[in-house]
Amino acid sequence: MVTINKNMDTVAVWQLLKEVHDPEVPVLSILDLGIVRDIRVIQPGDSQPQEGPEFSQLEIVITPTYSGCPAMDMIRQQIVTTLGQHGYGHVKVTTVLSPAWTTEWMSQEGKDKLKAYGIAPPNPLQQVCQIRPFHREEAVQCPHCGSYHTTLISEFGSTACKALYKCVDCREPFDYFKCH
Amino acid sequence: MTQSTALIQYTLHLADDSLILGHRNSEWTGHGPILEQDIALSNIALDLIGQARNFYQYAAELINAAPVSNGTSGRPASAYGPTAPSNGAPRQVTEDQLAYLRDGWDFRNCLLVEQGNGDWAKTILRQFFFSAYQTALYEKLAQGRDKTLAAIAAKSHKEVVYHLRWSSEWVIRLGDGTEESHTRMNNALDELWKFTGELHTAAPYEQETAAKAISPDLSTLCPQWEEKVKEVFDEARLSYPPAVWMQTGGKEGRHTEHLGYVLAEMQFLQRAYPGCEW
Repeated sequence: MVTINKNMDTVAVWQLLKEVHDPEVPVLSILDLGIVRDIRVIQPGDSQPQEGPEFSQLEIVITPTYSGCPAMDMIRQQIVTTLGQHGYGHVKVTTVLSPAWTTEWMSQEGKDKLKAYGIAPPNPLQQVCQIRPFHREEAVQCPHCGSYHTTLISEFGSTACKALYKCVDCREPFDYFKCH
Repeated sequence: MTQSTALIQYTLHLADDSLILGHRNSEWTGHGPILEQDIALSNIALDLIGQARNFYQYAAELINAAPVSNGTSGRPASAYGPTAPSNGAPRQVTEDQLAYLRDGWDFRNCLLVEQGNGDWAKTILRQFFFSAYQTALYEKLAQGRDKTLAAIAAKSHKEVVYHLRWSSEWVIRLGDGTEESHTRMNNALDELWKFTGELHTAAPYEQETAAKAISPDLSTLCPQWEEKVKEVFDEARLSYPPAVWMQTGGKEGRHTEHLGYVLAEMQFLQRAYPGCEW
């Protein structure tokens, strides 16, 4: 068992969280996605003494990508399981909504992994959805052949975070991880 | 009505709007006209139900922190689901109870979102009217004094902008499409227009939360909504209807017959197998 206290090394915990992957985009770890916001140690008596834990707890603070993302429950479980396997017994996962998640928090390593996996990563220039009808974001690069000659099939794809595109040059359809 | 009661009612109203429209949209899953649009509407449903969960979780937190009402004003505690167990243990309300165990008159959603799906045109127009409202609402609610509601609104706003653009495009495509699609949009407009006035009419709890600067004054959202609808209708070759009598009541629990059917289907499992989990 790892002793959880204020002086412990949380860098090791950050490293372990690299092993937790997004179940819907398994090539990405939750660190690549940028959904882990903080790692804290809660000691008995830190807050509301009558309700607080009797032992020190490790608190992992995460934020959802989209409000309805069905992967969040599984990610919470996997955090507890993974850390448990490495001897961290008392782990609590807390969800925060503010500030709202953005693809700007996705790591460059994550973007590279997405592309290698066949999903176009969010465009380098952060462009979120504009309300104006038929307005389209800057061209998305095909992850297969590299062409920018691509068209949108549907702005809603296989998961909330992706849109469906087609490459006009190599004719392959592909998912685009939307800027958000 | 105390402030905390108004805040609870308001939070439930936000949750119910999203849940009921999300459920209506989910009725299209597997039945959409083409695969991509089936997926689009299912994604919108997912966003809305996710937002509803965030609001219900907060409502449950507020209800659990509030003293149990004696029923002198407003609804008794049973309006939040099953009453306290007889052993006197503290009554803990959960998000699931709020969604699955309240009855029709406890729901605070506006009448627009509970209307039946009808054809694709009606589903599209209902979504467009509501997304135009929700986008304006969340933008302002994100600036409100209640930190949790503001956080949910800021997050959800990023999602509903997509819903608004998608539904605007479909209103234009159908309105300015074939004779058939144009006729269907007009029929949908005839059926739904009378429910749009409620979006701009504050219920008593909304007046209270607006007075506390928790939520925006609905009359300030109305011009923005009208402008958006007029802009899209112009492009869609649809006429903006003249002012008519508007049906209200849903936000205070007086619903059209359609809500009962939604609840009968949505709540069946929890009613038949209480506490069932999987």
